[in-house]
This record gives sequence, C-alpha cells and structure tokens, in this order.
Amino acid sequence: MHTDVLQSIESKEWYMYRWLLCFRYLRTRYIALASIISVTLGVATLIVVNSVMAGFSAEMHERLHGLASDILIECHASGGMPDPDGHLEEIMNVCGDDVVGSSASVHVPAMLGIDFNGQLITRHVNFVGLDPETYDNVSHFGRYLLHPENQSQVDFKLREDGYAPDREDFPGSGWLYRRARVAYERALAEEKARLEAIRKPANSLSPENPGPPVGGPSMQISPPQIFNENSEIAASEFDPAVEQFPGIILGISTCSTRMRDENNNVRDHYYCRPGDDVRMMFPNASDNAKVVNQKFTVVDMYESGMSEYDSTFAFCRLDQLQEFRGMIDPATEVRSVTTIQLKLAEGADLNAVRDALRRRFPPNVYAYNIQTWRDMQGPLLAAVRLETTILNILLFLIIAVAGFGILATFFMIVVEKTRDIGTLKALGASGGGVMSIFLSYGLLLGFVGSGAGLIGGLLFVDHINEIASLIEKVTGQEVFDPTVYYFTEIPTIIHPFTLVWVMAGAVGIAIIASVLPALRAARMHPVKALRFE
Amino acid sequence: MARKMNSETVLQARNIHKSYHKDRIEVPVLRGVDFEVTSGLVTALVGRSGSGKSTLMHLLATLDQPDCGEIHFQGERIDNAPRSRRDRYRNHDIGIIFQFYHLLPELSAIENVLAPTMIGKSAWNFFLHRKEARRRAEAMLDRVGLLHRATHKPTEMSGGEMQRAAIARALMTDPTLLLADEPTGNLDTETGLDILKLLTNLNQDDGLTILMITHDDSIAESADRCHRMQDGQLQQELPELQIA
Repeated sequence: MHTDVLQSIESKEWYMYRWLLCFRYLRTRYIALASIISVTLGVATLIVVNSVMAGFSAEMHERLHGLASDILIECHASGGMPDPDGHLEEIMNVCGDDVVGSSASVHVPAMLGIDFNGQLITRHVNFVGLDPETYDNVSHFGRYLLHPENQSQVDFKLREDGYAPDREDFPGSGWLYRRARVAYERALAEEKARLEAIRKPANSLSPENPGPPVGGPSMQISPPQIFNENSEIAASEFDPAVEQFPGIILGISTCSTRMRDENNNVRDHYYCRPGDDVRMMFPNASDNAKVVNQKFTVVDMYESGMSEYDSTFAFCRLDQLQEFRGMIDPATEVRSVTTIQLKLAEGADLNAVRDALRRRFPPNVYAYNIQTWRDMQGPLLAAVRLETTILNILLFLIIAVAGFGILATFFMIVVEKTRDIGTLKALGASGGGVMSIFLSYGLLLGFVGSGAGLIGGLLFVDHINEIASLIEKVTGQEVFDPTVYYFTEIPTIIHPFTLVWVMAGAVGIAIIASVLPALRAARMHPVKALRFE
Repeated sequence: MARKMNSETVLQARNIHKSYHKDRIEVPVLRGVDFEVTSGLVTALVGRSGSGKSTLMHLLATLDQPDCGEIHFQGERIDNAPRSRRDRYRNHDIGIIFQFYHLLPELSAIENVLAPTMIGKSAWNFFLHRKEARRRAEAMLDRVGLLHRATHKPTEMSGGEMQRAAIARALMTDPTLLLADEPTGNLDTETGLDILKLLTNLNQDDGLTILMITHDDSIAESADRCHRMQDGQLQQELPELQIA
C-alpha cells in the first residue's frame, strides 16, 4: 500500500480531487458564468461569421469559376490565333496529362442594341462565340441559363416556351411569344396602313416631303432603322413568325433592370426577352477593321448571379461569329479563334500548367495572355480572403477579451480559495496538483463555453434565414438586399476544420488565461494560506 | 541522514530554530526546541498564544521548514526530504486537524473524508478502489458518530460536527500520528469535551498516537505527556498523567 501511494503521488497521473473540485467550482462559482458566456458568444460569433463568409466565398468562387475555365489562353491579335486544333495539339504535348476538357471560342467587344418601345437601348458587351458541344466541358455555362432544356444541352435555337419555370414574374417567351408579337405587329401595321390610306387624300404633303420624324415611344412594327442593313436577310424573304435570326444568349443584366416597386417588392423589368430580335455591332477580323452589324434573335438569358458577368456577356455560336467576323481562311477554310479554354483534372496544379504553357508560348513571341481563373479574379479573391482574415482576427480578440475575464475571475477565485489551497497542501496535495486544479478549471470552462458556443453557432447558422427574416420584420431593414446580392438565401458552409480550430483556440485562450492564477495558487505557502483571513 | 532513535519514538525534533522577518526585523519564534512524540501516547504541547507551539506543529507537519535543526519521523529525517516525500508524509503518514476545521466547503462530509485518498491516488487508481475507499470513509464517519451527516456540506453542520468530520478525514489514510492544533479551541466547553473524549478513545481503543497543541491546561491534563512552550523554548516535561 505504501509503495502504491508513493507511485501514484510521484507519477504525473490525473488526480480525482482536481476534477471533483473543478466541477464543484464550475457549479458553485457563478462569477465564472460571465467568463463562460463571453467564450460562448465569441465562439458562436466566429462560427457564424466563418460559415457565412465561407458560404459567400464558395458561392462567389462557384459563380466566378462557373463561366471561366481553369486556364484561359487569349490571343490579343484582332484576327485571333489561326488553327486552334494545331494549338490544342501543342497544348496537349505540354500538359496533356492534366487537361480533361478544352474549348475554343471567339471573344470580341461589341455593342448591343435593343429596341424598347421605339427607343434604342445600347449596351457595351463582351461578345463570345462558343462551341455548344465543348463549352460545357470547360465551364458551367449551361447551368446558368433560364430554359431547363438549355441547361442540360445548350442550343441556340428558340424554344417554344417554358423559360424560367421557377419565376412567376418572368414574361412569356419563346416561339409562343414571338408569334403573338408578330401577329400583333402585323395587325397594327395593317391598321396603320388602312388609316394612312383614308388620310392620304386630305394630306397636303407630297411623297417627297414626308414631314418631320416622330420622336419618343412608338408602336412601330419593325426595329428602328439605325444600322446599316446591308448584311441582313431581305425583309421580304424573312418571316419572323416562323424564322429566327442567329441565336444569341444575353447576360440577364444587359437587357433588364432590377428595382423595387411601390410595395417595396423586388421587380425585374426586361427590355427584351427570348423571342425578341436585337442587334450586335462588332469589328470584323481584318487588319482594316470595319463594323459588322448583325441581327440576332434572343434564344435564352444567362444569369450567374455575378453582376460583372451578367451585365457584360452575350453569347452566340462560334461558327456563326467566325463567319460574321471573317475569321475563316478562304484558301484553307481553317478557322481562327481568339481564346482557348482548358479544364484541368481534379487536383491539378493550375499555376504549374499555366507556367508550362507560358514557357511554350512565350509572350515575346506570341501575343497571348495565359491565365488561370484565379489570376483573372485575383484582386477580388484576395479582397475576400483579407476580409475573412481580418474578421477572424477581430473576432478572436473578443475571445481574448473573454480570456482576460477568465484571468480576473480566476485571480478572485484563487484569493477566495486561499484557505482551501492551504488545506489541500496540508492533506498532501503538491504545488503541481493545486496548479492543475485551476488549469483544469480553465480547460473545463473553455470546453463548456466553447461547447455552448458551438451549439449556439451551429443552431444560428442552421436558422440564419429565419433569423434574418425576423430581424427584417423587427427593424424593417432588409438584411441581404436581393437587388445587391442576387441571393434568395444567405449561403452558409460549415467547415469541420473551422469548428475545430475555433474550439481549440477558445479552449487554448481559456487555459492560457488560467496559467497565472494557477501558478499563484501553486506557489502559495501552506501556512500562510491556512492562516489567510 | 537518519539516525538511530528510540523504537517507541514516532516523531523527534532536535534543536529547532525558526524566525520570521517583519520589516527587516528578525522575530525569533522557536529557539532550540528538542521534542519527541512517543508511539501510542497522547502528547500535549501547551502554551500561551505566541509561544511558538503552532509554529512547531507546522514544522512537524512539514508545512514549513526550520531555519536549523532536524525533524525525524520514525527515524527518517523528514524536514529536508524531497517535496514529494513531504507531500506523501502529510497525506499518508500523519493526519492533521485544525482549530478551524478547514473542511472544503464545496464537498460533502464524506467527500471531505475521501479527499486524502483522492489526493493520494490517481484518478484511475481511485476509480478502481472507489468502493473500498467509500466503505472506509463511511466507517470513519461512523467512528466519529457522523454517518448520518455523510452527504451534508460543511455549511450545514455545527462546529462540533465539522471537527468530527475533520477527525474522520485525518484518520482516512490510517496515519501513524495525529497532529491536532487546538482541536477544541473553536468549540464550546461541552462540545470540546466530546471531541476530547473522541480523541482519547481513538488513542485508547485504536492505539493512535496523538500530538495535541492547546493553550488550555485543563485539556493538556488529559494527555499522557505534556510539554510546555514559552518564548519559543520547551520549558519542562510535566509529570505523566493518568487518565481516570
């Protein structure tokens, strides 16, 4: 028995009385509750903020990456790079093991013209000619289209109906709308012609002098004649009720505006919709550039949620844009492109592939810009990372403040428990044993506080949209304005690793805060402690 | 270095000196005390307040260290032993009871009695022997007549009950020697006599060696041996008394 006690005292095992006293102190020292609440609030806030930031970040990454492929090779020459297949072959020689998909496209700046109630609305857009067969291999382009069939397979043909089925306020679109519009316009034109015929005898103006032009909104049937029509199909040969111009997909913000109505509900107003015709004006590919003016029929809309994309992109078929821009060599019929996009295998090193391609196509020889999608969005992604880091530092300061609360509380408890510390030492407890009581107390307090914070934080994240609605009702202020964020719900992602480091950080701070009081307790002279009053 | 001692001597102090310092002034408390406790007897150390008897008891319990001199427990020098040995000595070899009981207020009576065992054993070792330890704690509480108060906290007990619980706690590890510092000093006369009777019974029935510190001559009279402290020195050994 003697040896047994000797061994147990001299070993560094955990002793029962430490935990018994820790639990009792936790239950009976209500002043510690304040420290626990501080830790709980700090941990819960960190979890909520990190989850929301991770959700936003992931959503943003998803959308940024949605249109941009992993690697983008852009040619700065107006005529683009000839022979994309040859380029692709060379690319496969350099990094073929990492490439799982590729697509060639043409990017060209363009002017979009929309006729809206007789007024011309113009927008500067980035006009992309893409290959419907391969473009989805390198991006999530199809996912953001409004028509469900286009989402599974992009098609530049106008659909009968069924656009944006989950949107109640989306106007009727497709062939159904187009036929109705054409019928209405024709009826209006006939009525106008009839009225002109009745008025003609009384009209004093000669046919050579038709009078001043009419401004402002009008109900005219045909689009305003503002562009050079030389490249169009003759109007007499074209029946808009059964035929369409080359298909175009517009970024939703290029042809709509979002605002609140008088009841404060968010409403989208569309200047055109699938089934309408628009004009695109863009330079051709010759050295002596000329403007190409072409009519297109809107066949769908693209909505990624990223205003940068939704307000600047328009898409058509690659082969059609190549033809319009004259990017086909008449002798060899080899087509040129301006961009090659690559999709890399999961886990491939984007920067390594980019660098390898840059070595193969050096900038002093080729006018190519080779970037990863992260390079393109570098400043934005860096800003989000910086924001997350700063938020984490600031929020950890909250827990650090809680740590100082623990420090002060523990010093008070050590003073209060001075005689008990003397008693424990008189009963044979070592200085280390007494120290471990307060370290264990700090550990326990950290665990309880961060455990409660973990549960509270997870519950908050789980019900964050309900809580946001409640705050909106109480304050009358919209927490996440959909006209700004394009989110119907607050996105959240809980990373288990984040939970672990937040918990570990909080418990660590609680332990560190208890070291000084624990040292003081351990170094107390037993006689002085027993005589303390 | 251990020296050969009388086989009946449990505790021996030799030429103990102890001073305290206050504002750079040295205040001598013990001035060359030679003292021993014999096995199986109740030894009383009597003296007025400030005579140094409590200081001597703290030194004998290794709660403090002498400026010079030696303390031997069963032939082993204990005053300069390693810290872990001194902790084990207080935990296992001796039991201490105080004037102000010094029970841990967060723990019930039985938990207070179990405290020395919990301090002496690791959590795992205690867990393995918890039933045995609890049985012994209950037996100790029963021995001091406090079993019916086993689950009560110190704040729910009277002074006499708290002192009984403290005695049960001191007996928990089956010590060789019980050091009692003014065990009746904070109790009324009748309760004090009850506690004294309990200590006497422990000595007579179980052969427990007791060193009792007191300022009360009438209490000292009940001891087998009595030493008087005055001005930090042991004056004389009073004649051995027989308990009626």
